[in-house]
Amino acid sequence: MNSNGYSADEMMAVEAARRLDNGTVCFVGIGLPSLAANLARRTHAPGCVLVYESGTIGAKPSQLPLSIGDGELAETADAVVSVPEMFAYWLQGRRIGVGFLGAAQIDRHGNLNSTVIGEYAAPNVRLPGGGGAPEIATSVENVFVMLRHSRRAFVPRLDFMTSVGDNVRVVVTDLAILEPRADELTLVAVHPGVAVDDVVAATGWELRVADGVHETAPPTGDELDALRALETKGSSAWQ
Amino acid sequence: MILPLDDAVDELVRDGDVVALEGFTHLIPHAAGHELIRRGKRELTLVRMTPDVVYDQLVGMGCARKLVFSWGGNPGVGSLHRFRDAVEHGWPQPLELEEHSHAGMAAAYAAGASNLPFGVLRGYSGGDLPARTRVESVTCPFTGEELAAVPAIRPDVGVVHAQQADRHGNVQLWGILGVQKEVVLASARSIVTVEEIVNELKLRPGGAVLPSWVVGAVALAPSGAHPSYAHGYYERDNDFYVAWDAISRDRGRFREWMKRHVLDTADVEEYRASLAAEVTAA
Repeated sequence: MNSNGYSADEMMAVEAARRLDNGTVCFVGIGLPSLAANLARRTHAPGCVLVYESGTIGAKPSQLPLSIGDGELAETADAVVSVPEMFAYWLQGRRIGVGFLGAAQIDRHGNLNSTVIGEYAAPNVRLPGGGGAPEIATSVENVFVMLRHSRRAFVPRLDFMTSVGDNVRVVVTDLAILEPRADELTLVAVHPGVAVDDVVAATGWELRVADGVHETAPPTGDELDALRALETKGSSAWQ
Repeated sequence: MILPLDDAVDELVRDGDVVALEGFTHLIPHAAGHELIRRGKRELTLVRMTPDVVYDQLVGMGCARKLVFSWGGNPGVGSLHRFRDAVEHGWPQPLELEEHSHAGMAAAYAAGASNLPFGVLRGYSGGDLPARTRVESVTCPFTGEELAAVPAIRPDVGVVHAQQADRHGNVQLWGILGVQKEVVLASARSIVTVEEIVNELKLRPGGAVLPSWVVGAVALAPSGAHPSYAHGYYERDNDFYVAWDAISRDRGRFREWMKRHVLDTADVEEYRASLAAEVTAA
């Protein structure tokens, strides 16, 4: 919580939600992406279609689920399909408009690592791995990345490339908004209270800065109300 | 064939087998996983798209030699500490990995169920995973397109949990179906644990039926998916997943927990009672 009365995570969720249109079909992972997509559905984009990789299409959870397969997702979905069908017909079939990804590391091209820190064969940290990410990154035209900004995460060279950045359209962080310009992630906006230098300092490569970086609009009261109504006792776990 | 779970595991699972426990966040066969641990199964190749808490327990108890998987975390919580300890430090024994994407595993299971040698998909392109796993490229004979080929998954034993079986051993599950139908049909042998054995199955919208003649053994295990859930029976125990983070972080605390709640209990009923006793004591 900053002095403006909202947290950095809330700023991230709001900025990601604003990029979803009414009618967008959105492949959602757990955590901040799920928060963002559910917020969009409760504010400006009630027709946003939430697809979770567990097979639930058009899920309308009343609270934020802890896992991508919570029972409420199935109960409120328009359709529930098997996992092979989800990945073959719906994802590979290019029925999804926006896919969210997170990661432990990102490089200047939007390539992501969620596999290992260190050597693959003898890792310092074994991360969960790619899951749906490798094919979300290539089968969905608009990939939105949500990631907290730090030099540990924004690295000149990935330890492992789990998914490719070709379709990354935006990176929403707790400090700023980055978009690809001429194949390289470029700073286009900073959140209220954040200086361009702060973002440059938190990036592990020489960050390209767009002409006329603008300031993100802070979350509105309506956005914050809707966001907080979604948070449950389990939701602290997405931190 | 309806059997007690311990007999089903003894009869159908051998040391060194390729064993796949499936259930995508829903209907995870925890009771069957615990029985594999109690029966002391060793040198297993464990296959599972999302090796969450159930495989953290099997890996930490030294049942596995190899893991075939696509996402190994505690959903919504964080790391799987026993899985990480095995990969990072070889404890309690080294764990060989064969890592895929979800789309690749799903295609490989569907190929296994379809009696095909490989699954085909648009995937694995561009990143570092192809150099570390079993994936090859194939050329479409009609269009000349390059596609990814993954070897079919054909487990020795497939294990799933379902809501109901009838007295003849026909099985029905509903809600999120994951890859359960595929894993049973892809496997040489199979074990299905169920919440309930009913006189007659009533077909459910969106349900999947596994006829008795494709199922090796059915075993009654009420609450057998805990801490995951069984749609229509009980909800996911989200608090348990959060609690598992601390239990599993330390080798000693993990072993003690497994001894008290799994090795020293006879079945799922005693396991649930021992967990309840702990909550009451606290």
